[in-house]
Amino acid sequence: MTGVSEGRDEAQIIASILAGNTHEFHDLIRPYERSVYIMALSLLHNEADAEDAAQEAFLKAFRNLAHFRGEAKFSTWLISITLNEARSRLRSGKTMKMESLDEPPEGQDRVTPALLRDWREIPSEALERQEVRSLLQQAVTDLPLIYREVFLLRDVEELSVNESADALGITVASVKVRLHRARIMLQKKLVPQLKLVNPKRRWFPWS
Amino acid sequence: MVIECKHVWEHISEYLDGTLSPDVLDQVQKHLEHCEICSAILDSTRNILILTADERVFELPLGFSERLHARLEAEMRNIARE
Repeated sequence: MTGVSEGRDEAQIIASILAGNTHEFHDLIRPYERSVYIMALSLLHNEADAEDAAQEAFLKAFRNLAHFRGEAKFSTWLISITLNEARSRLRSGKTMKMESLDEPPEGQDRVTPALLRDWREIPSEALERQEVRSLLQQAVTDLPLIYREVFLLRDVEELSVNESADALGITVASVKVRLHRARIMLQKKLVPQLKLVNPKRRWFPWS
Repeated sequence: MVIECKHVWEHISEYLDGTLSPDVLDQVQKHLEHCEICSAILDSTRNILILTADERVFELPLGFSERLHARLEAEMRNIARE
């Protein structure tokens, strides 16, 4: 996730918005549209619900901007608002699919990876294929919620471990444990699937 | 000290993040030098992380941005009128 790094920094833009230049809020949030949507989607599983929750999160951020203290990064604050919005929708049952917000049952302490002897790298060009994108999306979607949230923040949105902990309201140690399990679960699920995808198409230009 | 495969697996995530302590890192690296299974597990995990981080995997719906900014605009006008 990239922030507003050039020109005026976010603190200055926020001060300006609060001083009445409300139109600058559009520019402030542009770098975070994708992150907010993806985090909403990760909880709600449905594009329409996720878009509505994402819009609502941005509106709440706008209305509550005066309460943003600048102790956390703006992006982290925005993500927490989004997660709260999506969670409250899950709780109120406004969405179709219900999912437990609690920890998965015990017995998952050790996650073992898929064993293999060699790995033929899948190049990024493979993502041109819908089939490959769907495999990846599905594998992430199928992660238990507490792992999915951490994985998306850290590995897809590229927040730091500390920022992920702030956004989720959990400890840094928990972020690390959950992240590790998420990554191994994805490896376990995706390796057999991606191995089938790759060798059959060696003649493709990206091989 | 020689460590077993299953102990190496516990360190994969931190190995990829570069946050292992020097002594653990050394043990893991020594293991990887001779263990093709753990090397393949590490390579495949790294590969999967690179692929899932690609912007093409999770995309915004078409028109998302336009609809969002239109709704914000309407909200700002409402607030201005209050």
